[in-house]
Amino acid sequence: MDKFISDQIWDLNIPFIPHTKEDIRVMLETIGASDIEDLLAGIPSAVRLKEPLNLPLRMSELEVIDELRRLADMNRVMTCFAGGGVYDHFRPAALDAIISRPEFYTAYTPYQPEVSQGTLQAIWEYQSLICELTDMEVANASLYCGGTALAEAAALSVRYTKRGKVLAAATIHPNHLQILRTYGAAFPFDVEIIPAENGVIDLKKLKVLLDNDTAAVMIQHPNFFGLLEEMGEFEEMIHHNESLFIISFDPISLGLLKSPGEYGADIAVAEGQTLGNAMNYGGPYLGVMAAKQKFVRKIPGRLVGQTTDTNGRRGYMLALQTREQHIRREGATSNICTNQALCALAAAGELCFLGKSGIVEMAEQSLQKAHYLAEKIVDETNFKLKCPDGYFFKEFLITSKYKAKPVIDKLAEKKLLLGPSLGRFKPGADEYSFLMAVTESRTKREMDWVVEELKQFD
Amino acid sequence: MPVPLIFEESKPGRKGYTLPDLDVPFQEELIPNRFLRSKPPELPEVSEGMVVRHFVNLSVQNHHVDKGFYPLGSCTMKYNPKVNEKAALFPGFTDLHPLQPSATAQGALRLMRELGRALCEIVGLPAITLQPSAGAHGELTALLMIRAYHTHSGSPRRKVVIPDSAHGTNPASIISAGYETVKVKSDDYGLVDSEALEAALDDEVAAFMITNPNTLGIFECGIENIAKMVHDAGAMLYMDGANMNALMGIARPGDMGFDVVHLNLHKTFSTPHGGGGPGSGPVCVRAELTDFLPAPVVISDKKGYQSATPDKSIGHPGAACGNFGVMVKAYAYIRSLGAEGLKEVSENAVLNANYIKEKLKACYHLPYDRTCMHEVVFSGKKQKIKGVTTLDIAKRLLDYGFHPPTIYFPQVVEEAIMIEPTETESRETLDAFIAAMAEIAREAGESPDLLHTAPHHTPVRRLDEVSAARKPVLRWEMKC
Repeated sequence: MDKFISDQIWDLNIPFIPHTKEDIRVMLETIGASDIEDLLAGIPSAVRLKEPLNLPLRMSELEVIDELRRLADMNRVMTCFAGGGVYDHFRPAALDAIISRPEFYTAYTPYQPEVSQGTLQAIWEYQSLICELTDMEVANASLYCGGTALAEAAALSVRYTKRGKVLAAATIHPNHLQILRTYGAAFPFDVEIIPAENGVIDLKKLKVLLDNDTAAVMIQHPNFFGLLEEMGEFEEMIHHNESLFIISFDPISLGLLKSPGEYGADIAVAEGQTLGNAMNYGGPYLGVMAAKQKFVRKIPGRLVGQTTDTNGRRGYMLALQTREQHIRREGATSNICTNQALCALAAAGELCFLGKSGIVEMAEQSLQKAHYLAEKIVDETNFKLKCPDGYFFKEFLITSKYKAKPVIDKLAEKKLLLGPSLGRFKPGADEYSFLMAVTESRTKREMDWVVEELKQFD
Repeated sequence: MPVPLIFEESKPGRKGYTLPDLDVPFQEELIPNRFLRSKPPELPEVSEGMVVRHFVNLSVQNHHVDKGFYPLGSCTMKYNPKVNEKAALFPGFTDLHPLQPSATAQGALRLMRELGRALCEIVGLPAITLQPSAGAHGELTALLMIRAYHTHSGSPRRKVVIPDSAHGTNPASIISAGYETVKVKSDDYGLVDSEALEAALDDEVAAFMITNPNTLGIFECGIENIAKMVHDAGAMLYMDGANMNALMGIARPGDMGFDVVHLNLHKTFSTPHGGGGPGSGPVCVRAELTDFLPAPVVISDKKGYQSATPDKSIGHPGAACGNFGVMVKAYAYIRSLGAEGLKEVSENAVLNANYIKEKLKACYHLPYDRTCMHEVVFSGKKQKIKGVTTLDIAKRLLDYGFHPPTIYFPQVVEEAIMIEPTETESRETLDAFIAAMAEIAREAGESPDLLHTAPHHTPVRRLDEVSAARKPVLRWEMKC
C-alpha cells in the first residue's frame, strides 16, 4: 500500500484535507492511476517545478495565531480622530453576530436562488435601506469601494449621455479623483477639475466649464475638507446642460443633511465603510451606488429583484443579469463580478439596528462633538480652522505654523490619531494643514485630552 | 417559511441601539436650515433582538460551505479554515485606519509584504500589487499595466485575444481597459488552437489572456509554444488565475512564460466568498512591468516598511490598501500549509476531480475524455435528448442537498456541467454527490417531470425570472 502514497504526504496531516492513505489508494485505483504523478503527466516536464516552493515551513494553528498576533501587536491601535473618508463610527456588538454567521460568510454568490434566499433577501433589504437613506429610486448590490463607485458612475454617465468628459470637484477625496482618472484614461473619458475657492466649489468656474461634451458633474458632500458645498445651486445648472448630477455622500451625514435625492442627483455614490464595517486598514469596504429609476438597465453590478416562485410565494433572485459580464460579456455595463456582499450585509444590519432615530442621533452627536472640539482647539491652542467661514459636519481642516506630519507623529506617540495631512496626497501641497474628524464614539474626555496635547505646540 | 421583511417588523418607538448621552453642550443651528433634510430617512424601527432573529432566520435559508458541498467549476469553493477568521478579527488589524502613519502600522505592512512575496513565489513572478478587490478588478488592473507598458514602448496596441472558453469577466475587463476583444476557437481537445492563435496575432495585439488549466480543466500542454508565439508578436501572455488551485507547488505560471497573472484569494487561498464578496485579486507581473504597478506598493528600507509609488505607475485602480482583511486570511492560510501543504492541496484537488470524472462518465457525456486537472466538464446532452436540460439537473441536485455545479459554462460545451470538487471534500462526500448525480441521470429517463419541476424541498421553488426582468421590483416601498 505504501507505494501509492509518499510518507511525506501522510505525515503532513493537514486538517483541511480529509483523505486517508486508504482513500487515496482506492481513488487512484478507481481512476486507473498508479500515483498522483500520473495525473499530472499532462504538464510538460520543462515547466514542472523541480524544487519545493521557497516558503516558510507550515505551522500548527497555535503557531499561526501566535505569528499573526505578533504582527497585529506591531500595529498601534489609537483613539481615532482621523478622517479622510474612513471613520471610527459605532458598530453594535450584535452586528458581528450577524456577519460572522457561516450561513452568510461561507456562501457563494446567489446564482441559485432556491438555496440563497438568505443572502438575496438581505441584499434586497440593503438596496431598500440605501434607497430610503438617499431618497433615490434604485440601489445596486454593492461595488468595491467609494472610489470605484465614483468611477463607475462616471462611466455610466459617459455611456448614457454619449459625451466625452466629466467635471469633478477639486474638493472630492484625492484618492477618489485618482481612481476616477485611472478609469478615465482607459475607458476613455476626460476628467476636468472644477476649481475650489476657500475649500468649496467655485460656482462661477463650474458655469464656465459646463459644455455640450460634459457627461456629468461630480460633487462630494460634505467634501474632502469636511465642508458643506452650496448643494442647492447645482442641479438646475447641470440639468439645463443635459448633464448628469453625481453626488458622493457620507452615509452617516444623511441622518441630518439633505439627501442626494432631495438635491436632484441622478446618481449617488458613497464609501459605505461607516455603515457597519471596521476600518480594517483600508478594506474590505463598500461601494454604494444608487440612481434614478431611468438608469436601472445601465447600472453596473448585481441587482436583487423580488418575484414569486411557482407556488406563488414571494422570493428573491438576481435581476436584470443581462447587464452583467457573465451573460453580456463584452457588452456588459461593467466588468465587476465578485462585489462586497458581506460588507453590504453589515451595512444593512447597521441601518436596521440604528433605525430611524439612531441614524439621526449618530449624525447629531457627530456634529455636536466635532464643533465642540473645533471650537476648543481654536480657543485654546495655536491651531486654527483653515476655512473658518465654511460650514462643516463632522470633519474639519486644522492649520498652524507647524508642519502637519510631525504634529500627527507626535500625537500618535500618545495613541491619538489625527489626520491625514494634506501633504500626504500631493507633494508640495499645503504641508501645514491636516484633517480631524469626530464621531459619536469620541468622548469629551478624549477631546479635552487632544486639546491638551495640541497646546504643547505653542 | 418566508421571513417577513425587516420593514414589515417595524413599529414606531422601537429601537435597536444605545448611544451615550451627549457629553458636550448642545448647540442649536450649527448648520443652516437649507442644508438639513426635512424628515428623517424611513429606516425600520426594530429592537436589537428582532434584528438578530431576522437575519438569523434569513441566514438558515442559505446553502453554504460549512453546511455542504459546492462543486462549482472555476469558483474553488473550498472550506474556509476558522483560524483565518480568528486572526482577521484581531483589533490590531480591524481597528487600523488606512491613513495612519506607516510607523504605526508596521505589522500590517509587513504582512502585506510577506504575503506578496509568498504569492510571487507560488506564481513564479517577481513583483505584485495587492490592491485589486476581486478577480475582475485584478484583470482590469493588469490590462491597464499592459496598456501602459505598450504605450511606453510606442503604441498601446488595440486588441486583446481570448479563447472562446474564456470567463465572462475577461471580455468585459478588456472593454473596460479600452481594448477590443478578438476571440480564437479551441481545437478538438479543448485547447488553444495554435493556428487560430497565429492568425490572430499581429502588431496590434497587446496580450493573449488565458486560463491555465483552461476552463475545461485541461492543462495547456503547448503553453511554451504559445508563450513563444505571443512574445514573438510583441504581446504579453496573461493568465487568469481562477484555476490556480490545480498548480500550487506543481508548476508556476512564470516558468511557463506568463508575464502577468492575477490570483483570487477568495478561491485558491481559502478566504470565504461572503455571499458574493469581498474577495481580493492580486496581480503578479514580470520585472519589465514593475514600474507600472498601481500605487502604493509596500517596500522595506532602513526605516521599516513603507508605501511607495512606482515610477511609471498606472495610478489607482482602487482604494490604496485593497481588501486588507482578506489578505490577513490568505496569509494565515499560506502559513498554515507551507510549501508542502500547498502542493498537497493541488494534488488532492486534481485527484478529486479525476475521481468524479471516472465515476460519472458512465451517466453523463464527457466531451473531453482525458486526465483533467482540478475540474471536469460534462455535458447534459444525453439527458437533453430525453427533454431534460442541464438546468433541470442542477435544480434537482438541490433536492439532494447539493449546490449544483457551474452550468452552461464554458460555452464551448453544449449543456455544460462544470464540476470542481476542491481538495477539502472527503471521499464520502464525493461518493454521495456521485450517487445523487447517477440517480438524477436515472430519473431523467424514468420520471423527467420530477426534474422539470425541481427543486421540491428548498425554501422556495423555481422563481419567475421573466416578470423579475420585465417589471423589476428592486426595493421595498411603504404602503400608504
